[in-house]
Amino acid sequence: MMKTEQEKENILIMSGNYAAAWGAKCSNVNVISAYPITPQTTVVEKLSDFVDNKELDAKYIRVESEHSVMAALVGSSMTGARSFSATSGQGLLYMAEMLHWVSSSRLPIVTTIASRGIAPPWNIWADYTDILSIRDCGWIIQFASTHQEIFDSILMAYKIAENPEVSLPYFVVYSGFSQSHTSKPVSIPEQQRINKFLPILPEDGWGHLNLNPDKPVTFGNLVMPEQEYLDFRFMIHDSMVKSKKNIHDTINLFNQSFGRDYGGLVEKYMCDDAEVILISYGGLAEQSKDAVDKLRDQGNKVGLFKLRYIRPFPNEELIELFNSGIKVIGVVDQGTAFGNPTGGPISTEVMSLLNHTKNRIDVLPCIWGIGGRNVSVDDQIGLFEKLLYIKNNNEYPTDETCQHGTVWMGLKTGI
Amino acid sequence: MKTSDKQPAAQQPYKSWKELPHVPVSYPQLGSIGATGEWRTFKPEINAEACNKCGMCYLYCPDGVISYKEGTLPEIDYMFCKGCGICASICPKKAIEMVKEKE
Amino acid sequence: MITTKELLKIESVKPELFLAGSSSCAGCPSVLALRWALKALGKKTVVVSPACCANVYIGLWPKASPAVPYINMAFAAGASAAAGVVAGYESLGKKDINVLTWAGDGGTVDIGIQALSGAIERNTNFIYACYDNEGYMNTGTQRSSSTPKYTVTTTTPTGKHMHKKDISQIVAAHDIPYVATCLATDPVDVYNTFMEAKAIHGPKFIHILTPCAPGWRFDVANSIDMGAMAVKSGFFILWKQVNGRLEIKKKSLRYMDKQKRIPVGDYLKGQGRFSKLTKEQIDDMQNWVDKRCEKISARAEYEANL
Repeated sequence: MMKTEQEKENILIMSGNYAAAWGAKCSNVNVISAYPITPQTTVVEKLSDFVDNKELDAKYIRVESEHSVMAALVGSSMTGARSFSATSGQGLLYMAEMLHWVSSSRLPIVTTIASRGIAPPWNIWADYTDILSIRDCGWIIQFASTHQEIFDSILMAYKIAENPEVSLPYFVVYSGFSQSHTSKPVSIPEQQRINKFLPILPEDGWGHLNLNPDKPVTFGNLVMPEQEYLDFRFMIHDSMVKSKKNIHDTINLFNQSFGRDYGGLVEKYMCDDAEVILISYGGLAEQSKDAVDKLRDQGNKVGLFKLRYIRPFPNEELIELFNSGIKVIGVVDQGTAFGNPTGGPISTEVMSLLNHTKNRIDVLPCIWGIGGRNVSVDDQIGLFEKLLYIKNNNEYPTDETCQHGTVWMGLKTGI
Repeated sequence: MKTSDKQPAAQQPYKSWKELPHVPVSYPQLGSIGATGEWRTFKPEINAEACNKCGMCYLYCPDGVISYKEGTLPEIDYMFCKGCGICASICPKKAIEMVKEKE
Repeated sequence: MITTKELLKIESVKPELFLAGSSSCAGCPSVLALRWALKALGKKTVVVSPACCANVYIGLWPKASPAVPYINMAFAAGASAAAGVVAGYESLGKKDINVLTWAGDGGTVDIGIQALSGAIERNTNFIYACYDNEGYMNTGTQRSSSTPKYTVTTTTPTGKHMHKKDISQIVAAHDIPYVATCLATDPVDVYNTFMEAKAIHGPKFIHILTPCAPGWRFDVANSIDMGAMAVKSGFFILWKQVNGRLEIKKKSLRYMDKQKRIPVGDYLKGQGRFSKLTKEQIDDMQNWVDKRCEKISARAEYEANL
């Protein structure tokens, strides 16, 4: 469809990190707090440029640690300021305590994560173990698998997070280096149109919590076990589950406003008649489309089910998938969860939902891309072939990369 | 201003989580833990004749339960006075006596 | 500097900003200090309080004793969260709101020192007040790095082996516009110190020695006297450093003369936590006090002549 003059967008070539910085800038954030960490660093550098060159009217607190990053944003958000940060790997783990402080204060802070491997030994390449290990702290977690999606997601993130019904913080997650440091075209809509899309910042701060000396409140003092501590915890979970509706609404509104449709909590690729499905997330899931295409060309009924969100978890979409006649699924984690029932956290969560179907579905969990280990399209085809083997032979593959019931793709087995 | 003019309101228990706000915020209130006067074992009593109305007891009372206006006798709010005895110990005229509370 | 008489005239007609009936221990000087700090700062004040006794003594949800906005904060985050509040207000154009971090010694000298140092270095416009009761009193009297040498605590059952960390000198080394020490048990000094801090732009640090009857083990009614003895013995020195120039406060000045000081043993022996001190240990403490007094006096004299 031809775009009218007014709808024209400015296409710039930029890295995934710059897309994140542009997303924050175009979201008119009031306060930024961040601490440099590879591979997030160029986000904070670009934002420094924006602020110091007065292209963005925001306060930038260049703190001395990630713990202070999130503490500072708790403070700024409690005054009603739109607050942003970006981090990665060790930094995310270091701010873990404050991540709970944010969600339990129901503050709509948005943070981007350029995911990297956890040390020791040092590793700075793509690996989602950072975000996966803090997945239960009450933040919405969305993966962005293209540069455009990183930028667009930040705009949508504020729209969702600041909705009073939701009032939850929001992570936009992408891969270190493979996304953060590669350059692709990103289309930036005119600011006026973005402003029309963005939520209006309330003058008196968030309705549920605002530091206003004219209306003094104390927040965070002791709540006894017989009081409603449990109930407040439940409400975080309840709002998280119910945020699915706001997510769908926002995706639809974004599509109407800018003509880019992100579908929903999941993206289905060639799933309609598929018998074998790969469930995955993040940058490598985008690449899985190439593997699906090649296998489809050979007549295999395979498909990709990409999780865009893991918090809230797309239960309904998965149960619908389980009831669609599929025979075998592979669930891939790009992260570890040592001692888990399966190799990765998300495969465990997907498998727990299998109780909701009466159909027999075989599941093969897989772990790939740990610490930036390369996963080629051929590697992905290899995984699909394992799934097809299960479908055709009614037995699980027994090769050496399959350890404790999970395929550790690329594990060096001496063969 | 006498601090117990406003009695601490009884806390309304919530029947359902649906009635709750997003987060537990607290509002300023006298007796945030209740009528702390019940903690006392000794009660400060001001001897009006000995008192020189200097206001030191108002100044030093940690809980701010002693009200005072220049040139008038200080008044102790026994609903919240915890009976620490600081007022008696700092009174320059020794005009405050700590008297054992009755059972 | 306001006199006691003037202070009583001005403040006795104003409402309290820390309301009676809180859950503090009876006679807690930390509450006394907060009461007068808030009076000095006024209603347009926001308090950020990392884990410390105050998190408990402000009362139970849904009631609270502070009549100003007050947020409980993670242990390490007192200064960083306050910096965020300051930035939030600045970004939204909201002016003339004092931001106060109200922290104990654990949250300041131990777990919170990094965030404190960072917030000062960034020239954050806030007041950081540390009420120093010389240990983790809220959790039942464990040692902190602000606990004096030889103190018996639940984690130093035979006495602590090293001296108290000098947090205010550490802070002063940041070239902070205002740093001062004061006694929680001296409301007039607390009030004046906070009034002075309030008028200065940038980071301000106030170190408040806070006698703690349950933790130090003495009769709570003697709290005011206990504070005074800390100063009279030279154990705690009242000073301030404004724009880089250190000055010993009048109330401490006469005790910089060793002849006028009371023996530090007299101060320590009144506290159960020092009940087992030997003569040698008291001599060691006296030596520590004498050297500190000499050193700070020399510095104040040098800086006065600059």
